[in-house]
Amino acid sequence: MPIELSRRPSPSRAMVYLSPLLALGITLTAGMVLFAGMGVPPLAALHAFFVEPLSNAYGWAELGVKATPLLLIAVALAVGFRAGVWNIGAEGQLTLGAICGGGIALLLWRSDGAWVLPLMLAGGVAGGMAWAAIPAFLKTRFNTNEILTSLMLTYVATLLLSLLVHGPWRDPDGFNFPESRIFSDAATLPVIWHGTRLHLGLPFALALAAAVWVLLARSLVGFQLKVNGQAPAAGRYAGFSERATVWFCFALAGGAAGLAGIVEVSGPIGQLLPAISPGYGFTAIIVAFLGRLHPLGVALAAHLLALSYLGGESAQITLNLPLAVTGVFQGMLLFFLLACDVLIHYRFRWRGYGRGRGRIGRGHGGRDGRGRGRRGHGGRDARRNLEPNPAAA
Amino acid sequence: MDISGILIAALLTIITAATPLLFAALGELVAEKSGVLNLGVEGMILLGAVCGFAAVVFTGNAAAGIVAGALGGAALASVFALLALGLQASQVATGLALTIFGVGLSALLGQDLVGIAYAGLPKIALPVLSKLPVVGQLLFNHDILVYLSWALLAAVVWFLSRTRAGLVLRAVGDSHAVAHALGYSVLRIRLFATLFGGACAGLAGAYLSLAYSPLWIENMSAGRGWIALALVVFATWRPWRVLVGAYLFGGITIAQLHAQALGVGVPAQVMSMLPYLATIAVLVLISRDRGKIKRNAPACIGKAFHPSS
Repeated sequence: MPIELSRRPSPSRAMVYLSPLLALGITLTAGMVLFAGMGVPPLAALHAFFVEPLSNAYGWAELGVKATPLLLIAVALAVGFRAGVWNIGAEGQLTLGAICGGGIALLLWRSDGAWVLPLMLAGGVAGGMAWAAIPAFLKTRFNTNEILTSLMLTYVATLLLSLLVHGPWRDPDGFNFPESRIFSDAATLPVIWHGTRLHLGLPFALALAAAVWVLLARSLVGFQLKVNGQAPAAGRYAGFSERATVWFCFALAGGAAGLAGIVEVSGPIGQLLPAISPGYGFTAIIVAFLGRLHPLGVALAAHLLALSYLGGESAQITLNLPLAVTGVFQGMLLFFLLACDVLIHYRFRWRGYGRGRGRIGRGHGGRDGRGRGRRGHGGRDARRNLEPNPAAA
Repeated sequence: MDISGILIAALLTIITAATPLLFAALGELVAEKSGVLNLGVEGMILLGAVCGFAAVVFTGNAAAGIVAGALGGAALASVFALLALGLQASQVATGLALTIFGVGLSALLGQDLVGIAYAGLPKIALPVLSKLPVVGQLLFNHDILVYLSWALLAAVVWFLSRTRAGLVLRAVGDSHAVAHALGYSVLRIRLFATLFGGACAGLAGAYLSLAYSPLWIENMSAGRGWIALALVVFATWRPWRVLVGAYLFGGITIAQLHAQALGVGVPAQVMSMLPYLATIAVLVLISRDRGKIKRNAPACIGKAFHPSS
């Protein structure tokens, strides 16, 4: 290739912040190409996707509704990603939060005490934490890969929810639909913007983001997490416990995802259903990276990806586009972000054609894939390479 | 049906349930042996499934479907290669992106395919061999992809342990710096390994949509890509053990179906949890011996390589 990557002497701070914007621009361009390919006028599609959902107050409130679970989960996941702990099972932890909190709501269906809701929220947090504790325990005790275990547990959690709403928790007056009773008023999260669905969850999420910001920037724990993530050897030398890091990250993310789960079912949904999340736990991974693993950035990114959900629904209604477009958009955004992030550590350099060939056989000049003359094809070739190479003279 | 007939029927279904796992895990094993940890197997399976099914629907040709499945998986793998190998992106993050993207893209491509019926790949009874008692029915009367999965296993075993190219591939996975110093193109070898892994995952998907189900539904792989990843660890990166693992998991999948058919008093959802719980259990059993993982895992797995460093 005539273009090569060369390492920058130090990472570019500007690119850290420019990369998400660049990625967003490329995603929108690629999205227009995609829409054109599907036979939809690109500008009309973009309008339906990104402008129409926010054309009224209700749309803005919905943005907050969708951003709430994303922000809650992503801000906690970002802490783990900083520390090199890969919790991919937030979706399952969200589900367990919904099951535990929702179970309390169904158990206390007849009571209308003010303590019902706090108990549910606590139950949700505890449920998510408990589910996250499993991969944390397996990781610290048995060295088991946390990516695979946390992901497997997501499938188990989904099946568990399905089991409950098809069986013991099914609404007795619900015509046999796999749904729980609709939660009582005491078990429903208060709406904070009258006439919309925007609920108390958003302030919770913003508070968590602020708390994580303080934790990362001002506390010893935050410092330990960063060291253990970026320089594990230095962390070990300083006596920072890796086990404690794993436990902390899973507990935080599990609790936050559990809270997101109970907030969803006691807020916008209002009952337990077999499917309670359109993949918030996975989308939150994109949110965390797009937000540069920083609480403020994550808050912005959560709203952007919330818009992608709203846009998908709006494009489905007005342009008859399939809902799957949302997933494609989200995946592309993460791809382009990862691609643009290369510019943080590297810069592209034009090398021109034809060079490099002349270097064949010269000392260590062989760049990757270039030093053809030095590639050992057989034992004899390999030995010959050890001898003085006439081409180098 | 007599007892042996029931037993053969059960074993046959185990083979069909194990085949997609065998394809996907073998592909991932080769990629990991070269030092590439591609967590996007689930996405590549789904894209292979939808491409394979679409090709069969449009051309009516089963071979075209199989090729399209492999190409679909490889195409998605090439995106991984571009990002993780070409642009030095984190392999873990890129793999996750691949899965998220693959789930979405396959759903988008397959929206018009939902509800279309396909008879399934034809069974090919091998002459003479299929007439053997018991074994004939069990091993020599399958569709082409089952035979291909066995051939692939033999080929991977032979390639990794008996060929120079296999040795080079393992060297790249165990010490990319040394392989580079010897003049091998680390990135090119990893590119081929990644594409091979993608094509295998695509074949796994094609098997799901053309033979196992055979139809297209969104997210039809149901976590098989992740189970395949776990199988590679379970096999401690040895192809023969992938076979054992795949058939073990095929057995668990089928046990769950048969238990339901026999009316065992356990809810369907609990039975469906079994493969996932079993995956966790085997991971724990294998991983608890840190030394074992360390001795067997490719030393450079998941690590980025840049020729200048």
